[in-house]
Amino acid sequence: MSETCKCECGGKDPKLEEILNKYEQDKSNLIQILNEVQEYYGYVPMKAQEAISKYLDMEMAEIYGVITFYSRFTLKPKGKYNVAVCLGTACFVKGSEKLLDTAKEALKIKEGETTADGKFSLEATRCIGACGLAPVFTVNDEVYGKATPELMKKVIEEYKNRE
Amino acid sequence: MKTLVEIKKIREEKRKELDLRVNLKASTKEKHILVCRGTGCTSSKSPQIIENFRKILKEKNIENVRVIQTGCFGLCAKGPIVIIRPEDTFYAMVKPEDCEEIINTHIIEGKKVERLLCKDVDEKLVDRLDELNFYKKQKRIALKNCGVIDPENIDEYIAFDGYKALEKVLTSMSQDDVIKEVTDSGLRGRGGAGFPTGKKWMFTKMAEGDQKYVVCNADEGDPGAFMDRSILEGDPHCVIEAMMIAGYAVGASKGYIYVRAEYPIAVKRFQKAIDQAKDYGILGKNIWGTNFSFDLEIRLGAGAFVCGEETALLESIEGRRGQPRLKPPFPANAGLWQKPTLINNVETYANITKIILNGAKWYSSIGTETSKGTKVFALGGNVVNIGLVEVPMGTTLREIVFDIGGGIPNGHNFKAAQTGGPSGGCIPAQHLDTPIDYESLGAIGSMMGSGGLIVMDDTKCMVNLAKFYLGFTVDESCGKCTPCRIGTRRMLEILEKITKGSGTMEDLQNLEDLANNIKKASVCGLGQTAPNPVLSTIKYFKDEYIAHIKDKKCPAGECKALAKVTIDPEKCKGCGICKRQCPVNAITGETKSPHKIDPSVCIKCGACVEKCPFKAISK
Amino acid sequence: MSENKEKICLTIDGKQVEVEKGATILEAARKANIDIPTLCFLKEINEIGDCRMCLVEVEGRRGFATSCIQKAEEGMIVKTNTPAIIEARKTVLDLILSNHQRDCLTCVRNGNCELQRLAEEFGVTGIKYNGKVQSHDIDEKSASIVRNFNKCVLCRRCVATCKNVQGIGAIACINRGFESCISTVGEKSLADVNCVLCGQCIEACPVGALTEKDSTEEVWKALRDDDKYVVVQTAPAVRVALGEEFGMEIGTNVTGKMVSALKRLGFNKVFDTNTGADFTIMEEGTEFIERLNNNGVLPMITSCSPGWINYCEKNYPDQLAHLSSCKSPHTMFGAIIKSYFAEKNNIDPSKIFVVSVMPCVAKKYEITRDDMAGTGYPDVDAVITTRELARMIKQARIDFTSLEDETFDNPMGEATGAGAIFGTTGGVMEAALRTVAEVVTGEKLEKLDFNDVRGKEGIKKASVKLAGKEIKVAVASGLSNAKKIMDEVRAGTADYQFVEIMACPGGCVMGGGQPIHSSKERATIDIRKKRADSLYTADEKSTIRKSHENPILQKIYKDYLGEPGGHKAHELLHTSYDKQEKYKEI
Repeated sequence: MSETCKCECGGKDPKLEEILNKYEQDKSNLIQILNEVQEYYGYVPMKAQEAISKYLDMEMAEIYGVITFYSRFTLKPKGKYNVAVCLGTACFVKGSEKLLDTAKEALKIKEGETTADGKFSLEATRCIGACGLAPVFTVNDEVYGKATPELMKKVIEEYKNRE
Repeated sequence: MKTLVEIKKIREEKRKELDLRVNLKASTKEKHILVCRGTGCTSSKSPQIIENFRKILKEKNIENVRVIQTGCFGLCAKGPIVIIRPEDTFYAMVKPEDCEEIINTHIIEGKKVERLLCKDVDEKLVDRLDELNFYKKQKRIALKNCGVIDPENIDEYIAFDGYKALEKVLTSMSQDDVIKEVTDSGLRGRGGAGFPTGKKWMFTKMAEGDQKYVVCNADEGDPGAFMDRSILEGDPHCVIEAMMIAGYAVGASKGYIYVRAEYPIAVKRFQKAIDQAKDYGILGKNIWGTNFSFDLEIRLGAGAFVCGEETALLESIEGRRGQPRLKPPFPANAGLWQKPTLINNVETYANITKIILNGAKWYSSIGTETSKGTKVFALGGNVVNIGLVEVPMGTTLREIVFDIGGGIPNGHNFKAAQTGGPSGGCIPAQHLDTPIDYESLGAIGSMMGSGGLIVMDDTKCMVNLAKFYLGFTVDESCGKCTPCRIGTRRMLEILEKITKGSGTMEDLQNLEDLANNIKKASVCGLGQTAPNPVLSTIKYFKDEYIAHIKDKKCPAGECKALAKVTIDPEKCKGCGICKRQCPVNAITGETKSPHKIDPSVCIKCGACVEKCPFKAISK
Repeated sequence: MSENKEKICLTIDGKQVEVEKGATILEAARKANIDIPTLCFLKEINEIGDCRMCLVEVEGRRGFATSCIQKAEEGMIVKTNTPAIIEARKTVLDLILSNHQRDCLTCVRNGNCELQRLAEEFGVTGIKYNGKVQSHDIDEKSASIVRNFNKCVLCRRCVATCKNVQGIGAIACINRGFESCISTVGEKSLADVNCVLCGQCIEACPVGALTEKDSTEEVWKALRDDDKYVVVQTAPAVRVALGEEFGMEIGTNVTGKMVSALKRLGFNKVFDTNTGADFTIMEEGTEFIERLNNNGVLPMITSCSPGWINYCEKNYPDQLAHLSSCKSPHTMFGAIIKSYFAEKNNIDPSKIFVVSVMPCVAKKYEITRDDMAGTGYPDVDAVITTRELARMIKQARIDFTSLEDETFDNPMGEATGAGAIFGTTGGVMEAALRTVAEVVTGEKLEKLDFNDVRGKEGIKKASVKLAGKEIKVAVASGLSNAKKIMDEVRAGTADYQFVEIMACPGGCVMGGGQPIHSSKERATIDIRKKRADSLYTADEKSTIRKSHENPILQKIYKDYLGEPGGHKAHELLHTSYDKQEKYKEI
């Protein structure tokens, strides 16, 4: 994931071109392309939406409608460290709401927000399929299972001290 | 490219080599260390465990021991899990640093590492997997290969009868033969509604169309269900093979599998499996010299529960917002790009190869009158053995929760089980002996659903639980039709009002009326079932609702706004621990004299309740 | 439609109904005079079954059926008004109302709102569910359209119209669940995206979420100002629709009453834009002959429709040379009023305030374009739609239906039948052909009706022999049809010399500023035909039916403008085009 947007520099982003060219110019590829763009930029920048619109010959409003429908796609960059608390049923029953409350308090942001310094973002996710470890939360790709509010506090502190 | 003869040869040779995996009496000097690489165990560092094992074996020049990554064993609560075959020793909660000891003690000295053996519910140490209560009542059909084979190795799949069903179908069965076999087996859709699979296949076969499609629904949306993920991670080829058989039966040459992007391991393994199958010439044109061609593609979801609804899924594959279509027409007649399309879910497909190989008669001998075969459940919540279980239809809830699941931990009592996720309902203790099948679950206000089974103990508030599910539905409603878009939101708002203590009996009546109308008026299954968690909790736990409304109390003590935290001055010794725990400084008191909580400051977080060494604080 | 279509029989509320196979349950019910409520349904445009108002029970079927989509079947037994259905519909209505900005008293659609009507019919006397109500910023940035989505009921009729009928796709449903709303990319103003301001979305909206930008205040202000000389002109399509706002039959020609009402409102002069249309024909015809004879860029495409101009500038900026340089009739006429008329009558043009009554909301934008001030003063100062005029008449408490007929003011009020048919698709072409034919051949036309360019088809083609030359023409209305023509033009395969394009399907009679009719009326009445027929009748009854024979025109060219297409005419009556960015600030 990148920290800075790779495309607002004006020129065409060769990586974006590469993503587009992997797919046929068929509207049904929209979600596949968006998944890759999201993965690459960490969000779906407006410039990329425009490029997709031209490539697939679709109006931008429709693409925007698709982006805002699926929760995986975001319009703003996430924080460097994305804390995601699973609110799937198994985790919920095991008290994951408390984890979320703890994270909110520790980061002073609400779910769906990013800290002012861009370091952390907080997210409440649906089941990540690690129900055996409930309750779980993740920081980027790292999974923390059988978590407690104390662990959440500790982990956030650790990341706060990182670059 | 491999010919059929070559594939048969691989099967024979590889089967011999892998005999010790399943033949626990095999006399061989070889050992296979199986390490679970499902999502759960992977999260708790199982890749590191594999790496460590391999490194140590190499350092010690041990050659007759192989380390194999497998899919999920099911007992996720005890993960990461390591099993050593043929002796079938089961090590639980293994850490990467335990590898050295396992090699030294188990492999070299031939003794068990006792501290890593699994403790059963009765505290008995169990050293073999098949002795665990967790496995005793299970019957693994859909999960047959999960935890046995390396999912990333097509040869291992072939060794255990892989692609043999396809061979049978392509070489000796007509389309109608296949459909008849599936119909006679009594298999019903495992995704939720339980529509007879054979019928679906027949409709798609009969539909007219120059192009037909086969789709696998792997958009496992029920928060708390992970059987489809486990199958894709543990045995991807069985889904490919079944989709091909379906393609042959209905006359489709192209398949799509729609998988959640949140399942990266499953996606990666499935893609690998597709690549291997293509490489072997199993997927492609004129397979094994027959007229049958089949191509398969993965389509990723992007985080929308509603895409588990079959028509919304089709919309999503076509690149649009996942908004369901009105039925009829059904996908069998007008599906992907308006062409006849067969859609089944992962677990349904996972039964197909076994039905073809063992026959409809065998399959239909398992289960109940109307629900045949087995069902996989993701057992979670307040239960000891969290994990994946596969049981014959008709097993009772009590058997699953207590015999397999090991009952309720921490000395609490069973309060309810929830099946069917956000579409299902809560089942109270009086229905624990209900046999699990489609009809029985429906009759008590729940549904089979995809197989999430969440157990709740007596500390759980049923109103709060209903609120949780409604919150989920509100978030996941696609927004297409009015009842679901606005109605579920209004239901949630009423539930919020009730859990805050400001609800009225009129609200409760409105809630029920609204729920019934949303069920009837919504476009798709999501809206039509969204009120179920509310209706079933009202049905079985109405007194709890009334307690919130009339007495302004949450009997389970979960609803924060209604909770009142008090210190019993008789029990309080004035140790001050609670004071230090309190995040908002609501507790005051001199050391060694009873403390007090200021209710206007208290946020009812419960931190003091948990920490009080004298159990003097109650909520 | 084939005559021997298979018929099926079904029973609705105990009544036997026979319909053609393929008809929906709703259509069958309507045939039997059984009224099923709808909200999101817009025939052939938006058939999605989302709102759930039209639910019915079908015997033997689980759950309710969606009558606006589901087909009637042989032997089907349908019930449309059981207590369970009424309860479900009522719940749906209660839910919509719970999320609606209920300022009906101050809403521009008060009295003509499909939701309000349903609330009345269902006897809603209170708001059953309370909770979060959607809250969106109001988009008033564009010159033509105001979006207040706090009133939106998510029927998506606007989205379907924009995307499927017009082929624009400026708006779409965004977000999901309760947060769903209709918006543009990045939730920008319509002014900053690919919207062309045709206003067809307004016509589709059942409630007050989409409205024209109101200009009546400006007009009242000018009328109150003693220092202003306020001239009003009315487009041809207005007179065959205005009566509908006062309960008169669709398509009634109310020219006389309209003029009478305008005079009572206090306008100093009431002129007919049809005269402006005659100018357009003179200029456009001349330009066409010029291009034809001197190897100019062909096909030449008409430029009267500002929605179309917007579309062309945003989507075909490389093809702008095909556009006629003529301004649209009302701006031409505005320029004439502020020059010739002002001079003749000794009025300071700075004091003249020209109001155009148009069937169109894009015209509001058009007058803000550069180069729309031929005299140095704005050609037109304010544009109000047919609907706004009706509101002004109502505010002035003029009893419209009982007004005596009056006639347009002279000498500028005279117009030809050619000008009148500008209001319908094919009309400009027909009017131009009448003039061009006579100018090119020098002979009098015997038959003035060019039937090939009349009618409802989205694209009409015809060929005319002129002095031995075959001229091929095409007429397109609705922008998705315009796209088809323009793709041919761009590809160089367009085999025509002259093309008429109107942004709105059916032409100006169906413009975005015309009276709004309910979904049911749109499904059961051919509104376009009724209004268009009324214009063709007016043409037939006209004594002069060719623009170049209009005496006032001849006089103005002779006394003031000089030759059509000459220097002065160019200064006042022509304009130019520029590429517009489809999306701004992206």
